Amino acid sequence: MTVEVRRTANGLQLDLTGEWGLHELEAARRQLAGIDLRGVRELEVNTQGLGSLDLSGAWALRQFLQGARTAGVEVSFQGGEPDQLRLIDDTLKSGAESQLPAAPLADDAGLLHDIGRFVVRAGHDWAQSLAFLGRTFLTLLRSLRSLRRLRPVSVARHVYETGITAMPIAALIAFLVTVIVAYLSAQELRGLGVDIYVVDLVTIGVLRELGVLLTSIITAGRSASSYAAELGSMQLNEEVDALIASGVDPFEVLIVPRVLGFMIALPLLTIIADLVGLAGGALLCRYLLDMPLTQYINRVNESIAPTTFWVGILKAPVFAVLIALAGCYRGMQVRGSARELGHKVTVAVVQAIFLVILADALFAVLFMKMDI
Amino acid sequence: MERYPVIEVRGLVNRFGSQVVHDGLDMEVWPDEVFGIVGGSGSGKSVLLRSILGLQPPAAGTVRIEGQDITRMSELQLRPIKASYGVAFQSGALYSGLTVLQNVQLPMIEYLDLESSLLDELALLKIRLVGLGADAAGKFPAELSGGMVKRAAIARALALDPTLLFLDEPTSGLDPVSASAFDELVLFLQKQLKLTIVMITHDLDSIFRTCNRVGVIVDRRMESDTVERIVDHPNRWIQEYFHGERARGARIAAGVGDGAGHGA
Repeated sequence: MTVEVRRTANGLQLDLTGEWGLHELEAARRQLAGIDLRGVRELEVNTQGLGSLDLSGAWALRQFLQGARTAGVEVSFQGGEPDQLRLIDDTLKSGAESQLPAAPLADDAGLLHDIGRFVVRAGHDWAQSLAFLGRTFLTLLRSLRSLRRLRPVSVARHVYETGITAMPIAALIAFLVTVIVAYLSAQELRGLGVDIYVVDLVTIGVLRELGVLLTSIITAGRSASSYAAELGSMQLNEEVDALIASGVDPFEVLIVPRVLGFMIALPLLTIIADLVGLAGGALLCRYLLDMPLTQYINRVNESIAPTTFWVGILKAPVFAVLIALAGCYRGMQVRGSARELGHKVTVAVVQAIFLVILADALFAVLFMKMDI
Repeated sequence: MERYPVIEVRGLVNRFGSQVVHDGLDMEVWPDEVFGIVGGSGSGKSVLLRSILGLQPPAAGTVRIEGQDITRMSELQLRPIKASYGVAFQSGALYSGLTVLQNVQLPMIEYLDLESSLLDELALLKIRLVGLGADAAGKFPAELSGGMVKRAAIARALALDPTLLFLDEPTSGLDPVSASAFDELVLFLQKQLKLTIVMITHDLDSIFRTCNRVGVIVDRRMESDTVERIVDHPNRWIQEYFHGERARGARIAAGVGDGAGHGA
C-alpha cells in the first residue's frame, strides 16, 4: 500500500499502488492525511497500479477526496474512478437517513427524579411479583383437583434435581458449620466449666435455625438460578409462547411443578441437614470434649423442647416457596437477549437469599411472641 | 492465469457414532462464483458447512481454503483465515446483547485497531450496503424482523471486507418478496464486491436466480455441476428435486431447462 505524490503544473498527481484493504487502512489514512493540499487546484488520481481496493480502503480514499473537493480542488481519475467509490456513493445515496440516529440524551433530571422513578419501579415490581404469587397459587389450587393436572412426573423430576442431587452439598455444609459452632462455643464454655452447654447450643442452633437456613441459602443459589436460567432460555427460544399458543398454561406445566417439587425437597433436605449437623456436634463433643456418646444423646434429649424440631422444619416449605418463586418469576421476565438472562438469574439468586433471610427474621419475631 | 479453487474439500468423512454423514465427499468452489449447496433434510449440509468453517473436525479428508488445509491447523494459525471469510448463520446468530452497529463492529475491534468514529462510519456503510437503514443500526437484534436479522447478519459477515462469504439458508423463513429481494442482494454483493459466495439453500428460486454452480449432497457424497447441467443429472433424488412439482414454476421463472420436466 503506497501513495506516490508528484507535483504537476496545476497541482498533484497521486499514484496509488498495492493492496488497499482493511488491514492497511490506518497506514493509508496516515499517508493521505500527510498530503499537503495547499495551493493545489487539480488532483489527478492514478489507479492503474492499484492491486486491490476493498470497501474500507475505498472509504479512506473517499474521505480524503471529499476533503479535497470541499477545499476547492478539482479531482480527476486516471484509469477510471474505482467501482468501489461509486458503490459507496450509491449506497449512501439510497434511503433517506445516512446518519446514525442520535444517541438518546442522558437522563439528568436530578436526584429526586431518580429516586422517584426507582420507587415507582420497585413498587411496580412488588405488585407484579405478588400477582405472580397469586396466579401460581390459584393455578396450584386448580391443579389439585386431579392428579394428572398436578403433573406428578414433572414434580418428581424437580424433587430429584433440586433435592436428591443437593443432598451431598447440603449435608457437607451442615456438618462443617456445626463443627465450627461447636468448636467456637467449646472454647468459650470450657473456660467457664460448663462445656455440657455446647450440646444445647448445637442442638437448638441446628434444629431451629442453622439447618433450615443454611440449606435454604445453598439451594437458593442452586435452584433459584437453575429455575431462572431454564425458564429464561425457554422465553428466549419462544418455548413459553409456544405453550401459550397451544393452549397450555405455562403456570401449570412450568411453575407449579417447580414450586411444588421444591416445597417437597427443601423440608427433606432440612431433615438431612439437621441429622448431619447433630452428628457433627456429636463427633466434636466426643473427640474435643471427651464426652461419651450416650451423654451427648441424653443431653440432646433434655435440651430440646417438643417444638424445637418443628419450629425449624415448618419454615422450610415457606422458604421453598420464596426461593422457587423468585427463580421462576425472574426467569419468566427474561426478554430478548443473553445479557438479560444473566441479569435476571443474578437478581433471582440475590432476591431468593434476601427473601429467605428476611422471612427467617420475621419467623424469629413471630416465634418469640408466641413464646415457642 | 491458472485458477485455483477457493475451497477444496477432498475425501471428507464425517460420522457421529455409527451414523455416517459424509463418506468421501469432494467439493470445489472457484473464485467469484455463487456455489449452492443442496440436499435433503438431514443430508449433512450444515455439517459440511461446519467442517469447512473448522467448527466440526472431520473424521477423515482435507478441507483447503485458499490452498491451506484447515484440518491440520491450530486455532492461532486459523485466525487470519477466519478473518478472510464472513459467515451469516441461518438464524442470524447476532449477539443479542449488542446493537446491530456493535454487532458489525465486533469483528473489526477484534482484528483491528481503529478510531471509534471510523469504526462507526465503516460499520454504518456495511449496514447501508445490505439495505438496512441507519435507524436499524441502533436497534437490538430482538427488535428486528426476520428479514432484517438476516441482512444484519450479512452486514456483520462483511465487516472485515472478506472475499469469501458463507450463507446458511439465507432465504428460509422469508416471504417470497423478501426472499427475492434477498437474492438480488446476494447477486449485487457478489458483483460489486467480487465475492465468492457459498450458500446452503432449499429455495429453488434462489438457486436458479443466484447460483452459478450447485453441489447436491446425495448418498453421503456430492454431485456438483453448473445449474443448467445439474438439472439433467440422472440421480433419482436430483431428478425429483429439480423436476418435482415445486421445481417447475421456479425453473420456468428463471428460464432454466424446458420447464416441461425431464424425468418426471
